[in-house]
Amino acid sequence: MQNENLLEVRGLRAGIGDKEILKGIDLTVRPGEVHAIMGPNGSGKSTFAGVLSGDPRFTVYGGEAKLGGVELLGMPPEDRSHEGLFLSFQYPVEIPGVSMVNFMRAAVNAKRKYLNEEPLSASEFLKMMRQKRAIVELDNKLASRSVNEGFSGGEKKRNEIFQMAVLEPKLSILDETDSGLDIDALRIVAGGVNKLKTDKNATIVITHYQRLLDYIKPDFVHILYKGRIVHSGGPELALELEEKGYDWIKEQNQ
Amino acid sequence: MDALQQYITLYRDHAAEVCGHAPEVLNRPRPEAFKAITGLDLPKIGAESFDVTSLPDMLAPDYGVNINRVPFAADAAEAFKCGLPNISTLLALVVNDAFRPTSSLLRNLPAGVTVTSLAKAAEADPDLVGRYYNTLAAAHPHNAVTMLNTLLAQDGLFVHIAKGVVLEKPLQIVNLLNPSAPLLTPRRVLICLEEGARASVLCCDHTASGSAPSLCCQVTEIFLGAGARLDYCELEESNSDTGRLCNTYASLSDDAELVADGITLMCGRTRNEYDIDIPGQRARCRIGGMAIAGGKQTVDNRTTVRHHSPKCESNQVFKYILDDEAKGSFYGSIVVDEEAKYTNAYQSNRNILASKEAKMYTRPQLEIYCDEVKCSHGATVGQLDATALFYMRSRGIPEAEAKMMLMQAFMADVIDSISIPALQSRLRQLVERRLAGHNDLCSACQDSLCQDNL
Repeated sequence: MQNENLLEVRGLRAGIGDKEILKGIDLTVRPGEVHAIMGPNGSGKSTFAGVLSGDPRFTVYGGEAKLGGVELLGMPPEDRSHEGLFLSFQYPVEIPGVSMVNFMRAAVNAKRKYLNEEPLSASEFLKMMRQKRAIVELDNKLASRSVNEGFSGGEKKRNEIFQMAVLEPKLSILDETDSGLDIDALRIVAGGVNKLKTDKNATIVITHYQRLLDYIKPDFVHILYKGRIVHSGGPELALELEEKGYDWIKEQNQ
Repeated sequence: MDALQQYITLYRDHAAEVCGHAPEVLNRPRPEAFKAITGLDLPKIGAESFDVTSLPDMLAPDYGVNINRVPFAADAAEAFKCGLPNISTLLALVVNDAFRPTSSLLRNLPAGVTVTSLAKAAEADPDLVGRYYNTLAAAHPHNAVTMLNTLLAQDGLFVHIAKGVVLEKPLQIVNLLNPSAPLLTPRRVLICLEEGARASVLCCDHTASGSAPSLCCQVTEIFLGAGARLDYCELEESNSDTGRLCNTYASLSDDAELVADGITLMCGRTRNEYDIDIPGQRARCRIGGMAIAGGKQTVDNRTTVRHHSPKCESNQVFKYILDDEAKGSFYGSIVVDEEAKYTNAYQSNRNILASKEAKMYTRPQLEIYCDEVKCSHGATVGQLDATALFYMRSRGIPEAEAKMMLMQAFMADVIDSISIPALQSRLRQLVERRLAGHNDLCSACQDSLCQDNL
C-alpha cells in the first residue's frame, strides 16, 4: 500500500559544524503535490535541500525525514537517490573527463542493482537517453561531452532536468533552478518539470522569486526564515511576497 | 660492502668475462665509465632530485649480474603472453637483456627497418652502432646509474629506421624480467631514426610471476634525425619486488618530433630520468607521465628538457595517483639557452593523494637565459573533488565507483594524448582494473579484453 505522505520531515535540525542553520523544520508532502519554499538569502533553503539529499558538508543534530516511510537521515546519498530522491543543483558540478553517457549509465545501473534489476543493455540505455533528452530539448552533442563541462548556464539546468527524467524520482527538489536562466531556458526547464509531473511523484521548488512559479504552479508555498518555516499558504502567498518583499516577514519574526 | 662498490669490484675482477661476452662497440667506453664511477657517491634521499629514491638502498642487495650470458629458461618467456595490445606482427621479447624476436617480426619487418639485439647489431655493423652508441650517455659521468649501465651492459635492443622510412605498425617490445636468483639487469637500448623516418615503439615492462627480486638498470639513447618522428611509450607493470632505474637520453635534430610517455601502473621502486636535448630548430617534444601507486611503492620521475635552438616546443604533463603509503616525486626542469629564441615550453604536474599516508614531492623548474620565449610550469597536489563526488553520489553512483570514475577522469588527458589509438582504449581498461585494486594486470592481458588489434 502506498504511504499517503511521500515526504515527512519532523523537527529537522542541522548545520555546518556547530553552527545551527535549520532550527526545527516540519514539512509534509503528498504525492502529486508541488511545494514552493521561498525565503530571503541565508534563511537555510539550500541547506534544507542539501541535508535531505545527504550532502556531507552538513551535520544533522536531530529530527527525522522519511521518504515513502523510509528514514533518509543517516543513509548515504546514493541510497537516498535509489529510494527516489532527486536534487537539482543550484550550481551543477562540472566533471571533466567523465562523459555524460558514462555518468548516466553508472547512475541508472546502480539504481537497477539496488532494486535487484538487471543492468540495461547498451541499446536499451541509448534508447532511453534519446527519449529523455527530448523532454528538455538537450542536444545530443552535449551527451557525448564531459558532465556539464563547457555547458552554458541554461544547458546545465536543462541537463539537471534531463537527469531527473532519466532517474524518475518520487520526490524532486529543485534548488534555485531559475538562477542564471534567461526566459527561454526557463520555459524549457519548467516545461520539462511539468511534463515529468504525475499523481505519484512530487516536487519541492526552492526559489527566491515568484517568476519560476508562473511556470511551475505550486500547490503550497512555505516561507523559510532563520531556519524555520514561518508561514505556509497557497499560491497566493508567493504573489504577496513578490508584492511586499521579505521585510514584513523579517519584522514579524524579530 | 658498499652498495656501488660491489659492482665496481665485480667489473674489476671480471672485466675479461664482461668484455668477452660483448661486442667491441660496447666494450670501448667501459674504461671511461669505470673511471667515472669509481669514487662516485650514490645519492641518498635528500640529495638533489632524490626525494623518494635512495640509490644506496636500491643497489644494496647482493644482486647477481649475468656476465657470462647464461641463457635463461626459454619456456618461461615463451609461455608469457603479453597481449597488450596484441600486435602480433611486430612483437619482440627482451628477456632480461636478451633480445628474442618473434618469427612474425622477422617476416614482417619492412626494408630499412632494423629491430634486433644490440650486441648482434654492434657485431654486424660496428660503424653504424658505434656512430651513436654512448654518445649521449657519456655526457653524464656523474650519473651513477648511467655509468653503471655503461660499465656492465652487454646487450639490449637496437632499433634503426633508415632515412625516409615510415614504420606503419607500432613495434611492441615486451621487456620481461624472469630471473631465478636475484639479478641486476643492465639493459641498453639504442633507437635511431634517420632523417624523415617515423616509428611508434611501445615497451611493456613486466616481471614474470614467481621470479626472484630484480633490479633493472636501463639506459636508452634516442636519436632523431631531421624531420623524424618517434612515439615512444613505456608501460611498466612489474611487481613490488622489482626495482627500475631507467635513464632516457634523446637528441632531436631540426623539425624532429618526440612523443614519450612513461606509464607506471605497477611497480616496486621506480625512478625514470629523461634528459632531452633539442639542438635542432623547430623541433617538438612532449613527455607524458602517469603513475598509479599504492602499498609502499615509490615512483620517481626526473626530467630535463634543454632548448638550444630557436622555435622549438616542449610540453611535459605528469600525473600521479598515490594511495596507501606510496610516495611519488616529480623533479622536472626546462632549460632555455640564450640561442633558443621563440621557445614554447610548458610543464605541469598534477597529483591526487588518495590516502593520508601517501606523499608527493613536486618541483617543477624553469631556467630561462633568453627573452622572447613562452614558458610556464605548475604543480598541484590534492584530493578528489568533494563537490563532484557528492554530485555523482546524489545521482545514485556509489561512493567507490564515483571515486574510481573521478580518478580515471583525472588521468584521461594523459591517456587521450597517447598517439596509438588502440593503446588508449587498452590503457583505459588497465587503469580501471588497476584502480579497482586488481594487481594481476599481466593476467588481464590474457582475457578477451585485450585482443584488440592495432
